Amino acid sequence: MEAQAAKLIGAGLAAIGMIGSGIGVGNIWSSLITAVGRNPAAKSNVELYGWIGFAVTEAIALFALVVALMILFA
Amino acid sequence: MANPIEQFKIKPIVDLHMGNVDISFTNSAVMMVISVVLITAFLTLSVRSRALVPGRWQSVAEVFYEFIAGMLRDNVGSQGRKYFPFIFTLFMFVLFGNVLGMIPGSFTYTSHVIVTFAMAAVVFIGVTIIGFARHGTHFLRMFFPHGAPLATALILIPIEVISYFSRPFSLAVRLFANMTVGHIILKVMGGFVVSLGGFYLLPGLVPFAFLGGITVLEFGIALLQAYVFTILSCIYLHDAIHMH
Repeated sequence: MEAQAAKLIGAGLAAIGMIGSGIGVGNIWSSLITAVGRNPAAKSNVELYGWIGFAVTEAIALFALVVALMILFA
Repeated sequence: MANPIEQFKIKPIVDLHMGNVDISFTNSAVMMVISVVLITAFLTLSVRSRALVPGRWQSVAEVFYEFIAGMLRDNVGSQGRKYFPFIFTLFMFVLFGNVLGMIPGSFTYTSHVIVTFAMAAVVFIGVTIIGFARHGTHFLRMFFPHGAPLATALILIPIEVISYFSRPFSLAVRLFANMTVGHIILKVMGGFVVSLGGFYLLPGLVPFAFLGGITVLEFGIALLQAYVFTILSCIYLHDAIHMH
């Protein structure tokens, strides 16, 4: 296989890692909506943890993207 | 079409060499100086009048102050008050770097892993020193959770040690990756607008509307990542001071 083709396939494979992050971010928001729906008074307390959880989980997808970019350009 | 990662290229503006070390004044350094000057001017000029009833500018500065002070109070407690200047500086530097980077044609210094890693390493080393200074060798207790059976130490301690030492890397890569990827997406979407809108006006509007949405999202991410970087530093500081 040519090296360039292998690089492109590898970059595509690296993007698979985003599946987990998508599931995780969806989980965080669904739990947040459930929590606020059950107890609307807790919204201000829970919202902060939702954003932190979102940012921490989203970072996993970005790690996958960094790996893909490193394969393509480095 | 220009390469989407060309915008991150560091160009020397004033060539300086010290022996074999390149210490040129680059476009990255220019943006850092601009943001530090802007932060200093904004904070000193807005609180110059020191009014009891704050004016428009003073209340904006007070919002920033109250935000970080509240974050420290909630996450670290009253003992964290003396670290306020450091946390506040960190927040303002990251925030201005992210937001100034959104200006078209400017440079985002937080999109370089060496910049974010330098900040994360300062936080990590500082927090470790604070922990050892406050608790001595008892700080090593942090690597073994309270109440866990002694037999699990063989597995738990390596995991805790690895997770502790991966903190600066995850802190640095999170900010760097968010800013880099966001700017690449903006550039790629901009390329779609140009290549589609150049032939037909109407289909060009679709990626243009999408680009508008992505730009709003990127401003949100710029604020959110500055916030996340600061609050994770606060949480690490809390761990060092209170040991869980």
